[in-house]
Amino acid sequence: MHVCQRCVSLLLSRPLSAALQHSTRALHQRSHLTLLQHSTRHTLSQRHSRQTWRHFADHQAASPDVYNKIDLAQKQVVPLNSEVHRIDLDAAVHTSPLQEISEEEAVQIQVPSALPPESSTLRPYVDKSETLSKLVQLGVNLWKLEQRPNVGSMLVRLDFHADVAPRLLFLKDLGVEESKLGQLLTKNPFILTESLDNLEARVSYLKSKKFSKQSVAAMVSKAPYLLNFSVERLDNRLGFFQKQLGLSAEKTRDIVTRLPKLLCGSLEPIKENLKVCELEFGFRGNEIQHIVTTVPKVLIANKRKLTQIFDFVHNTMDVPHSLVAKFPQVLNAKFLRIRERHLFLEYLGRAQYQPSQPNYISLDRLVFLPDDVFCSEVALATLEDFERFQKTL
Amino acid sequence: MTSQAVRLFRKMDGLFAVYKPQGVHWKHVRDSIESNLLKALNSCPPPAPQLAVQFQLLSGGENSSSKDVVLSPSMVPTLADHPLVTGPQFHKVHVGVGHRLDAFSSGVLVLGVGKGNGVLEHLCKSHVTRDYTLEGEFGKATDNFTHTGRVIEKTTYDHVTLDKLERVLAMIQGANQKALIMYSQVDLHTQEAYELAVRGLLYPHGKSPPILTGLRCIHFNPPHFTLEVQCVNETQKYLRKLIHEVGLELRTSAVCSGVRRTRDGPFKVENALTRQHWTAGSIIQAIAHFSKATRKIRKSGMYKQTAGQLNSSAQVQEQTRSQTEQINQEHVELSSSTSDTVVDRETPFH
Repeated sequence: MHVCQRCVSLLLSRPLSAALQHSTRALHQRSHLTLLQHSTRHTLSQRHSRQTWRHFADHQAASPDVYNKIDLAQKQVVPLNSEVHRIDLDAAVHTSPLQEISEEEAVQIQVPSALPPESSTLRPYVDKSETLSKLVQLGVNLWKLEQRPNVGSMLVRLDFHADVAPRLLFLKDLGVEESKLGQLLTKNPFILTESLDNLEARVSYLKSKKFSKQSVAAMVSKAPYLLNFSVERLDNRLGFFQKQLGLSAEKTRDIVTRLPKLLCGSLEPIKENLKVCELEFGFRGNEIQHIVTTVPKVLIANKRKLTQIFDFVHNTMDVPHSLVAKFPQVLNAKFLRIRERHLFLEYLGRAQYQPSQPNYISLDRLVFLPDDVFCSEVALATLEDFERFQKTL
Repeated sequence: MTSQAVRLFRKMDGLFAVYKPQGVHWKHVRDSIESNLLKALNSCPPPAPQLAVQFQLLSGGENSSSKDVVLSPSMVPTLADHPLVTGPQFHKVHVGVGHRLDAFSSGVLVLGVGKGNGVLEHLCKSHVTRDYTLEGEFGKATDNFTHTGRVIEKTTYDHVTLDKLERVLAMIQGANQKALIMYSQVDLHTQEAYELAVRGLLYPHGKSPPILTGLRCIHFNPPHFTLEVQCVNETQKYLRKLIHEVGLELRTSAVCSGVRRTRDGPFKVENALTRQHWTAGSIIQAIAHFSKATRKIRKSGMYKQTAGQLNSSAQVQEQTRSQTEQINQEHVELSSSTSDTVVDRETPFH
């Protein structure tokens, strides 16, 4: 029939909203007017490119004036019933979609959301998932996390009240500030899948080693992966630092609180760096201890860059070991900065690094001051002169 | 309504010059400039999030039964547009590099941003020369021609004087002039070729080895000496080898302790940006400063492209010569240092 063909073509060509659920019989019997009505009533989520035939569970509303039109349509459609029965697969549906229901019942129709089964971003899931929206409100950078493999799927599957909330409360009890929670979770989302018993065991181990509550909170904020490591590993590392560096327990605790990354990474590069300091540079034991307690970053610095800086400072600038050990910040600075500033001072004739002689410039002032203060106070020249000199290097 | 970030992005189109410090790979320079530009773009406020209608079920009044529920619509910003979910607004800025500088050298490095990358291609194909300052040291020879390499031999250099050095430089310049004439494929017996040579507008066509169009010694203090070079089609390794060959000609040995590019076409060292100025604001200022030179390069490049389509070699040569005349005139006007070399170029030509 002509009408049937028009209905079918309408239904097949128009992409249906996922919020609408129809049975096959219902679709044929409804006119396009009711489709429009429903689309304005319910919130639209993603549109499917192809049709989905689903069970129609609840009643549908049909206002009285439309009903008449549908009646008319139905009268025209009557000879099609046989065709409809052939396609009708949902024999269990007995309720007629044309049955009138009250406004309250209509309002209480639950439209289950149709989330896409797979997506390359977390954007379609954020509004619907309680976990994800709460995480965004906390300040977690979901975009960064979804770049990492499998982390996105893990976050979508988490249940807020069962998984996320108890761990967040645990971190809060530990003393981690709420503003830092977002950054922490961005760096280490796997803290949400670590069992609470393990987390508590590790915290109690650290407290047994006499780390104060504030220092444990600071360590966890600075090194988010800390609590994912086992107690044996933490114990091993703390023992290594105390033994190798020969420091007292108090000083070891101080270094580890300032740079908790030491407990997270591998020990091989640290051993290499210590060997380099001892054999290549020629520092004595107590000098190495002083350097490490002042600037713990030397332990995990890049060996090649460290060697380059020390070579320049000791051989080109003629600074003895004792002075470098006194100002270890030099080893932490950028090589280009040290080089340009030293050459500028040499050009001006002010490169004096011996404390016994007049116009002495200490190494930490050489490295730590910003450019304009350096030019005005240390080099006694203008910033333009310094830039012009940089272009002659 | 364009956002602030988009307006800032549209300003980033053109060429500018940067002073590359010694010891840094040119890729690191390009990457740090790109990340600084992206930082500035992504720090602009993001566009306002889309609002979506959400129906919230609220029970009305005292009746707790389901009879009096009211669906109230409200416009709520969707979390899907939150910057923590969508990520930064800009992921990539196209930054291209002109004539590259290896890690040992320092100096002017031309970079192009956005639409300037197309002009970079024209710059590379155009007839511009580059200015270098080479620092040399007599007395030793190394495997990679630099003072940091493994020493192969050591020699005395007491016999070296300034006039001996200048004689050697003049001989090298003569050889380079001959190569220039040969590779520029002009018949020197014609009047036009003579006039071009007098004005210094000869240029090698097609593939050619590195040719020095100008060479002189600006500082001589044995064992250290400094040469100034204008060249075409060069690599920095060739220039270090040149220092080594100068040493060999003087019956001693020499190493290069510094290669510094002071000019790349119309881009000079006075306007190059140092490391402190590799920020979006200074870069946009530098682009505006060089916009005139950029426009000239683009025009000459497009002219050459249309000239190529004419498919007539004589016409091409004439047109390209008039373009080089234009560009070289700019150089002569703007720089005083090249005037000396113009004089120098005339003398060995016979």
